Amino acid sequence: MAAAEKPPVTGTGSTALDGLLTWIDQRFPLISTWKAHLTEYYAPKNFNFWYYFGSLALLVLAIQIVSGIFLTMNYKPDANLAFASVEYIMREVPGGWIIRYMHSTGASAFFICVYLHMFRALLYGSYRAPRELLWIFGMLIYLCLMGEAFFGYLLPWGQMSYWGAQVIINLFSAIPLIGPDLSLWIRGDYVISDATLNRFFALHVIAIPLLLLGLVVAHLLALHEVGSNNPDGIEIAKRKDAKGIPLDGIPFHPYYTVKDILGVVVFMLVFVVVVFFAPEMGGYFLEYNNFVPADPLQTPAHIAPVWYFTPYYSILRAVPPLFNSQFPGVVAMGVSVMILFLLPWLDRGAVKSIRYRGIYFKVALTAFVIVFLVLGYLGTEPITVWGQFGGWLGDADRATVISRICTVIYFLFFILMPWYTKVDKTKPEPARVTH
Amino acid sequence: MKNLSALLRAALALLSVSPAALLASSALLFAASAALLSPTAKASEAGRRLDSAPIKPTDVVSLQAGARTFANYCLNCHSASLMRWNRLLELGLTESQIKDNLMFGSDKVGDLMTVAMTRKEAREWFGAAPPDLSVIARSRGADWLYTYLRSFYRDPVRPSGWNNALYENVAMPNPMWQLQGERVRVERAALRGAAEAGGHAGAAKTIKYETVRPGTLNPVQYDETVRDLVNFLVYVGEPAAITRKQIGVFALLYLLAMWPLAWLLKREFWKDVH
Amino acid sequence: MSDDKQIDKTRRNLVIATCAAGGAAGVAAAVPFAASWMPSERAKAAGAPVEIDISKLEPGQLMTVEWRSKPVWIMRRTKEMLASLKSIDAKVSDPNSEVPQQPEYAKNESRSIKPELLVLVGICTHLGCSPQSKSVEDKGEMGADWAGGFLCPCHGSKFDLAGRVYKGAPAPVNLEVPQHTYLSDTRILIGTDKKGV
Repeated sequence: MAAAEKPPVTGTGSTALDGLLTWIDQRFPLISTWKAHLTEYYAPKNFNFWYYFGSLALLVLAIQIVSGIFLTMNYKPDANLAFASVEYIMREVPGGWIIRYMHSTGASAFFICVYLHMFRALLYGSYRAPRELLWIFGMLIYLCLMGEAFFGYLLPWGQMSYWGAQVIINLFSAIPLIGPDLSLWIRGDYVISDATLNRFFALHVIAIPLLLLGLVVAHLLALHEVGSNNPDGIEIAKRKDAKGIPLDGIPFHPYYTVKDILGVVVFMLVFVVVVFFAPEMGGYFLEYNNFVPADPLQTPAHIAPVWYFTPYYSILRAVPPLFNSQFPGVVAMGVSVMILFLLPWLDRGAVKSIRYRGIYFKVALTAFVIVFLVLGYLGTEPITVWGQFGGWLGDADRATVISRICTVIYFLFFILMPWYTKVDKTKPEPARVTH
Repeated sequence: MKNLSALLRAALALLSVSPAALLASSALLFAASAALLSPTAKASEAGRRLDSAPIKPTDVVSLQAGARTFANYCLNCHSASLMRWNRLLELGLTESQIKDNLMFGSDKVGDLMTVAMTRKEAREWFGAAPPDLSVIARSRGADWLYTYLRSFYRDPVRPSGWNNALYENVAMPNPMWQLQGERVRVERAALRGAAEAGGHAGAAKTIKYETVRPGTLNPVQYDETVRDLVNFLVYVGEPAAITRKQIGVFALLYLLAMWPLAWLLKREFWKDVH
Repeated sequence: MSDDKQIDKTRRNLVIATCAAGGAAGVAAAVPFAASWMPSERAKAAGAPVEIDISKLEPGQLMTVEWRSKPVWIMRRTKEMLASLKSIDAKVSDPNSEVPQQPEYAKNESRSIKPELLVLVGICTHLGCSPQSKSVEDKGEMGADWAGGFLCPCHGSKFDLAGRVYKGAPAPVNLEVPQHTYLSDTRILIGTDKKGV
């Protein structure tokens, strides 16, 4: 629409503001964007609890960026200075400890929100056509987030930072032929060192955040292109009124802006309780061993990744070495993440939402959740945490056996999905949304 | 039975009305209980039982006593180089008190708590460099430190002449032996434990000491001294801890007040939606 | 927003109330970020007052110490040096130190607490170079009626033995006298008026 043809902006209650907005709108798609993505973007009216986590994830992204920028103002990305600079922020920079705790809590909060956000997709089939690309963008965001967290965790230069990075980068050396050279190239040195720290700092502070922002924009554009799914898994666009507005749709603004404000308040309540009363969260958000400065000459007795990586770490540990190589375990770990990309094509169900699925899917999803949580817990502990079986299973660690069973169930959830979703006895989907 | 079913029905009714609110409150409850239940208790890696450190972070007198013990017995070998001397003003000490009673090496009260000994020298003289203690309470935990400092015993086999029941073959000698006195370890396997001798070393045995030479403090006084020192170390680990909780109360109350407001706003707009 | 629907009073009040509460929360959240730009404890410690021992300072001698990364001069002036100040009144731009380049207790003839001890920040008030001390013996270079003082090599500003700027110099005001106090006859604390904080 040419600038001159656009109607002037009215209705803000102030002629000056109307004039300014008209001036902008003639030169920038202000009103059309406002309408397309807020006031005339029609979302299903039956969004429930599971639908808060997208906007909350966006909030946490903003928190991490702002707190991260201010941390960068005082952090020193040098192997000799990094640990002390973090404590400098905690003790000597006015308000520094708040900013640090916001960032450390935000990191874990980001994964909580993203995992619950992804789980919503599993519950209601939000990855199904025509939302496959939306799901792919989301998965790319998830991969970037994992990278961001991994690079960021090296920065405090504690024992866990150092050795966690050492272990994970050494996994790459298990790749046949190119492995050791690849690890050397990633590290920039023969061991994790100042070179590694500097490049991880650059990746964490600017490279991945830029990628993340781009992917989030793509994610939202893809969503708005096809419209949101809903807890009933039916397409509201199929039933529109005379004006072309979905019968079960409500404008995102003001209804979901107002509802998301409520979500933000409740989220901030939990966030604030953690930041001010339990920032370490029993050693899960801020690990105790990371308060020991990195010592390349002393390996800690127990190295574990931060909680949000542990399910995949468990899978890595569960796969035994084959031909003296850890490579199969590395592959299994990689596949366990990447297989999520295939969900839109693995799911052959007649319906999208769990509300109308049969017993097979419900059992499968329940089993998946249980094994994910069990694998996650086991990944935080040494493999001996549940002792040994004894008897005919001999010296085998209980946790290893259970991790292996859980890993098999994890993969079966995906591998068998084309079959059990197809043969599942589903219930008929309603014509209109329910609550 | 009737009460129980009524209770269950009420719970189900509550759940159906606002599962979101219930889930949010349980998240809150979880976070809150983590906050209330966690701080200092951490199990020792060797599986040894840790004594609970009876510290009170708000006890300023205890913190001052701990500061004095720290300066006199720890700072010769250990630095706390992330902590500044003048931070101790918030414990109710004056600059001259800090300078005259606590600072032996450094000149200015704005300096960091460093030691003259370098890591290289330390490794040569002691076998291992004494770690910096600025955040030791955050990595080891108060209970571990409290148990550790009360677990030293004489051991002629060790180069320093001392060993520690919690940290086997530690390079550190007993820093406060003059206060605690000297004691030796008397092994006595517990009746049941003797059979499980193959399991965790030391876990089945009760550790008993026998005092060879008493120190200037009796056991109760020594425990109190260690308690104050550990209290101080916890403070040094995170000096902003008390402030953090104080601000947290305000933030929490404010958001608790905002919750019904936001909810009313949401309900008001959503009256339109049917 | 853009149509003429009557907005319910309750709705509007709730929106205003929530926005106000949210705005207040936002301001509160912004406080630690803005505060983080204030000087840290490390900066404050580095900028803390310095204690100088002047017991070895001979009459006529100048010593230079560092405070907040700036050179600070302490000169023990002789009676002749002090006596010469009156005669220079006419040659300096601000003989009575009207411009606040010194604390109240240094707003006097000698621009100091104790007449003989001069304390100045050794940075030219023109563009920040550090002037050189030119004693009365440098008459050859400075001119016949030079009684002693300082010359800035960058653009030629001249200052007398009380740090007052000569007329015609590029420098606009007298050299700064920093806050200072005497802890004893031999110890001077530069950077603060208060003793034993």
